[in-house]
Amino acid sequence: MSEKLQEVAELVSLALGDLIKTSTIAVGDLAITVERDDIVEVLTRLRDSSTLDFNCFIDLCGVDYPTRPERFEVVYHLLSMSQNARIRIKISTDEDTTVQSIVDVFPAANWYERETFDMYGILFDGHPDLRRLLTDYGFEGYPLRKDFPMSGFVEVRYDDEQKRVVYEPIKLLQDFRNFDFLSPWEGTDYVLPGDEKAEQGGKA
Amino acid sequence: MAEKQIKNYNINFGPQHPAAHGVLRMVLELDGEIVERVDPHIGLLHRGTEKLIEYKNYMQAVPYFDRLDYVAPMNQEHAFVLAAERLLEIEVPRRAQLIRVLFSEIGRILAHILNVTTQALDVGALTPPVWGFELREELMVFYERASGARLHAAYFRIGGVHQDLPEKLIQDIKDWIPTFNKRLKDIDDLLTGNRIFKQRNVDIGVVSLEDGLARGFSGVMVRGSGLPWDLRKSQPYECYEEMEFEIPVGKNCDCYDRYLIRMQEMYEAAKIMDQCIDKLQAEGPGPIAVDNKKINPPKRSEMKQSMESLIHHFKMHTEGVKVPAGEIYVAIEAPKGEFGVYLVADGSNKPYRCHIRAPGFAHLQAMEFVTKGHLLADASAILGSLDIVFGEVDR
Repeated sequence: MSEKLQEVAELVSLALGDLIKTSTIAVGDLAITVERDDIVEVLTRLRDSSTLDFNCFIDLCGVDYPTRPERFEVVYHLLSMSQNARIRIKISTDEDTTVQSIVDVFPAANWYERETFDMYGILFDGHPDLRRLLTDYGFEGYPLRKDFPMSGFVEVRYDDEQKRVVYEPIKLLQDFRNFDFLSPWEGTDYVLPGDEKAEQGGKA
Repeated sequence: MAEKQIKNYNINFGPQHPAAHGVLRMVLELDGEIVERVDPHIGLLHRGTEKLIEYKNYMQAVPYFDRLDYVAPMNQEHAFVLAAERLLEIEVPRRAQLIRVLFSEIGRILAHILNVTTQALDVGALTPPVWGFELREELMVFYERASGARLHAAYFRIGGVHQDLPEKLIQDIKDWIPTFNKRLKDIDDLLTGNRIFKQRNVDIGVVSLEDGLARGFSGVMVRGSGLPWDLRKSQPYECYEEMEFEIPVGKNCDCYDRYLIRMQEMYEAAKIMDQCIDKLQAEGPGPIAVDNKKINPPKRSEMKQSMESLIHHFKMHTEGVKVPAGEIYVAIEAPKGEFGVYLVADGSNKPYRCHIRAPGFAHLQAMEFVTKGHLLADASAILGSLDIVFGEVDR
């Protein structure tokens, strides 16, 4: 399996050459990262290469890493049925920088790009119809960003007087509690309540 | 005679339409009775599964997968636990593998019965769903006897399955298979040669293989277009490698071929179930989950005796499993096509990101492409043969 993957990785580096920034094989998955502006070129070459034949579009999604300078990653998955291999291509972007849409390369990417825009606010340049897809009509915010609270901001209910569904700021009877069950002995990176003095004492 | 200007007519199909298979709203533009434009509005069942999973530990994430494609719950769980297991680099015990394959195939039959019979309902036949739902009910009893729940089983766990199967249940499933084949044959006889059913499905919704691949089709949708591509054969996971079964392939690429493939796949699934049971019975009892207390909680009886087990049990159900940092994409052959999980782990007890690649999402987005130029009445037949379940499309 891994020899086969190695072979595919070599074919990919042959087909793409300098366009690849990094290429890794980990836990049985082949992944490459490329420059944001090259994505259309990269996917077109992978699709049209007769040896690789990555003609099946599988998936496109975003990942949010708020601490990075370019916080979003856009992840593409392709499948080659003739090689029986999968490849993951990653690019990075931020809130304002647009990513080239790949709808012209794979029409299947249409809804996936809409979903990624809906969930992360990543803008796809050249997309024919970049509307929200899964969230409510008139929804504000990008729910899968790490800084979007899990409870959201508004709740809906049917108002009997106005005879319609109304949106109201969310009211929680109990604050959302996000328990942290990680063992403090195994490298947590925060100060436990009550331990502030011990920490200072240690440094002084 | 003066020329008349005829305006195209817009209608809303759904969200409360019985043939919409759930909560789909489609804005259709009609020219007479010909469909000119289809704009599916989805998301009415969006529950934010991916966001919720980021806030739950790995074991708590499993039940969310039941609620995706809720007609074949365990198949989805399978993809998630396989992804976590690949990151943990663990090998699942043999008996657990057989049980998982057995229940994945039960899930396949559950999904295909529902689809085939409601597709018949969409084109006007009421008997098949009534017959089919009786069969489904019996399968759900098997689900219940294994896991305690008819639908939302949460039975597959990282490293194995939750509980062992009673010998009686295994025997009962084995005895059930011949009766199933007979009754499936009845549905087959009722539908396959039926004149009305054929009139409504033959040459409707034709998708060529190239178009299908470019639109991200998988599963029955590509097999219906003539490509023998099945992840159980081509990228075998678990113990599918040793199972003997055929991959039915269509050649006319239409709704009727997809129906035939689903029927055939049910017979094949019953064959796989039979092989699993023979192996389970021949090999006898054995472990059903990995023997690693950092991944799988200890038995109740051990907890009464051993302090160590009690501690492990507590840690398991508070902290949960810690999955090493890494990224993985795992796909399984779900009844509807390729169901994939893209899991990003950061070494903690919660997934950092879990993207769910649902087959129905890709199929539904091609609705306009497939339906354009068909009659309005064909839209529901096509929708039925795409096999859409909103749990997984909206997530």
